[in-house]
Amino acid sequence: MQNSTALETEANRPIIALAGNPNCGKTTLFNQLTGSNQYVGNWAGVTVEKKSGIVTVEGQKVEVIDLPGIYSLSTYTMEENVARDYIESDEPSVIVNIIDVSHLERNLFLTLQLIEMNRPMVVALNMMDVLTARGDSLDIPTLAAELGVPVVPITASRGIGTDELMRVAIAQKERPAPRCFYRTKLQTALEKLAELFGDVPCPMMHAAGYFDEGRSFVHSHSLPEENLAEMDAIIEEYMADETMDRDMVISAGKYDYIEAVIHRAVKKAPLPEISTTERIDRIVTNRVLAIPIFLLVMFTVFFVAFGPLGEWLKGVFEYLINDVVIAGVNTLLNSAGASPLVISLVVNGMLAGVGSILSFLPQIALLFLMLSILEDSGYMARAAFIMDRLLGRFGLSGKSFIPMLMGFGCTVPALMASRTLENNRDRRLTMMITPFMSCSARMPVYAIIAGIFFPKNTYLVIFSIYILGIAFSLLSAMLLSKRVLKGERSTFLLELPEYRFPVPKNLWLHTWDKVKGFVVKAGTLLLVCFVAIWFLQTFDFSLHMVENSADSIFGHIGRFIAPVFAPLGFGDWRIAMALLAGIIAKEAIVGTLGILFAAGEASIASLSVPLAAVMSPAAAYAFMVFVLLYIPCVAAIATLFKEMKNLKWTLFTLGYGLASAWVVSFIVYQIGSLI
Amino acid sequence: MTLNDIRPGQRCVVTGVTLKNSLRKRVLDMGITTGTTIYVRKLAPLGDPMEITIRGYELTLRKEEAKGIEVRKAV
Repeated sequence: MQNSTALETEANRPIIALAGNPNCGKTTLFNQLTGSNQYVGNWAGVTVEKKSGIVTVEGQKVEVIDLPGIYSLSTYTMEENVARDYIESDEPSVIVNIIDVSHLERNLFLTLQLIEMNRPMVVALNMMDVLTARGDSLDIPTLAAELGVPVVPITASRGIGTDELMRVAIAQKERPAPRCFYRTKLQTALEKLAELFGDVPCPMMHAAGYFDEGRSFVHSHSLPEENLAEMDAIIEEYMADETMDRDMVISAGKYDYIEAVIHRAVKKAPLPEISTTERIDRIVTNRVLAIPIFLLVMFTVFFVAFGPLGEWLKGVFEYLINDVVIAGVNTLLNSAGASPLVISLVVNGMLAGVGSILSFLPQIALLFLMLSILEDSGYMARAAFIMDRLLGRFGLSGKSFIPMLMGFGCTVPALMASRTLENNRDRRLTMMITPFMSCSARMPVYAIIAGIFFPKNTYLVIFSIYILGIAFSLLSAMLLSKRVLKGERSTFLLELPEYRFPVPKNLWLHTWDKVKGFVVKAGTLLLVCFVAIWFLQTFDFSLHMVENSADSIFGHIGRFIAPVFAPLGFGDWRIAMALLAGIIAKEAIVGTLGILFAAGEASIASLSVPLAAVMSPAAAYAFMVFVLLYIPCVAAIATLFKEMKNLKWTLFTLGYGLASAWVVSFIVYQIGSLI
Repeated sequence: MTLNDIRPGQRCVVTGVTLKNSLRKRVLDMGITTGTTIYVRKLAPLGDPMEITIRGYELTLRKEEAKGIEVRKAV
């Protein structure tokens, strides 16, 4: 009984859908409303991120859905289709359209399209402070009257007005009254078209859609031929004395109306000052300074995450894990009289492995924090603008830069970020080369190996691996775009948003989301992996505990594949095993080396002697190159497949990586051995 | 004359859009319609893409795409 009541409440729970342009503050509002109480998933059937969360409004639980940021409701991108279909469905009780009033003209275009969808709707006016600071003033009642929907001013970044917005939203049950946006002649023609569509939920949207697209408009496919013929005749009659192209009429008509609304509702400052954004851009996208600044920014990101601050935090974490937790557990188990097998499983198998991974948490958190700052401040878009020409030489788009940069953090979100590329060819190419950007999970391998074999030039060596990754990805892009992926580069239509101070809550939630994912991975997938590796290297095929791990199951598998790596200088079976474990997760490479070479302890001190016995410095460098290029981790492979939606290309990407890794490592080792 | 011929710091008015397919729709929906004034703000450091101001916001597009936007010089 209780259960059915709970289910009923959930089914009847009002749903508020947030819709708006990119950069309008929609995500900020969503974060303000839901806090950490949000769930990130995917829209059914497509790879567009779906965020939802629960908010309590006047004692009532309400679900808030964050629709993808879009400029228009046309049907050309996945994001637009998702938003359009969802708004058209009966699911959302009310649409909240967030408008950046400092870019009122363009933002209102989507608003008019939403009004045509004829769903209960509220408009939230964000960034009023930017408008006021510019010296302009907006007459809110006039705007509300022109649009025919309730209008609520908010400051999403500080949470001002958001409670009021939610109250107005859940009270809004009415569909907007029919509006007349277009000039009389066009309006009359559209009304006639709407009538011919018959009984549909949003007749004006259908009429406008048919006017734009004609018979390719999806919703017209079910109409009888005589209706279509009559509609075509109406449009032809209208077009007889229209100078514009047919598919421009509706968009231009909406913008004409918007200009009129703005004329009535906005008082512009007589002499607009040069905006802060423009002043910053005079330096940041300056002909001479742009590229040095870009390099400086990239260096700063790298330095903060992997420099002294990151290293210090990592040291603190390592101390806590090794000297407090692991030592404590060891003592506890010993005094409780646990068997050596149990102690070995818990201390060497579980804690040592997971602990060595968790010590990289501070650096990963810092990296994601830096990337969110770049994104939220508006610099990311400038970086794409600056880099487009250069990346274009390699067959990539300026937008490819964002997934590539994120690749330094984690390949999984980086692959997902390739969604900003609209063209399939560009997306595919970007995804194929993103794994070569060295993700933060590969860092521990370089840190240990370079620390052991190149103690004087550790940083230089690590840096050279990163540079090699970038160079190899660009080279691959050039090769693949010429030989494998043919076709045109996608278009580059990108808004440069105003510079803003990042909202701390957004930064925190974004970083937390990534850190959480990492911890969950360490606690589940990696834990299982470490226990499995411990098992394989503690027992032999007849399930007897072995004295020497060389006799274990692991040892046998390792010895079987190890000869493949002999020409690369690291033919030891334990290294082969570490590389196999690295396919499950790159973090596992270091942990596995620790387990196999130094009884579970993965550090420069414990590994330097046993590793130096099996590898020369040239082989060590070749090993790092191999780790850089070979195969991304299971999570990244799964993401790659999900994003590419194509098994052939996924396998090609993996095969290409593996082959490149072998060949490049071979060359590096052979040349390195000569020096 | 097309948009890519306009030098930074100059203004022009859209007279037509010859782009095709989804890019065309996108350009129209983002407000580049006949009669709209465009201010060419700058070129990227390597000479391409270009940054324009239209309807109160900043948009970047490649010269290749700008070739599909017909304009006349604003007075």
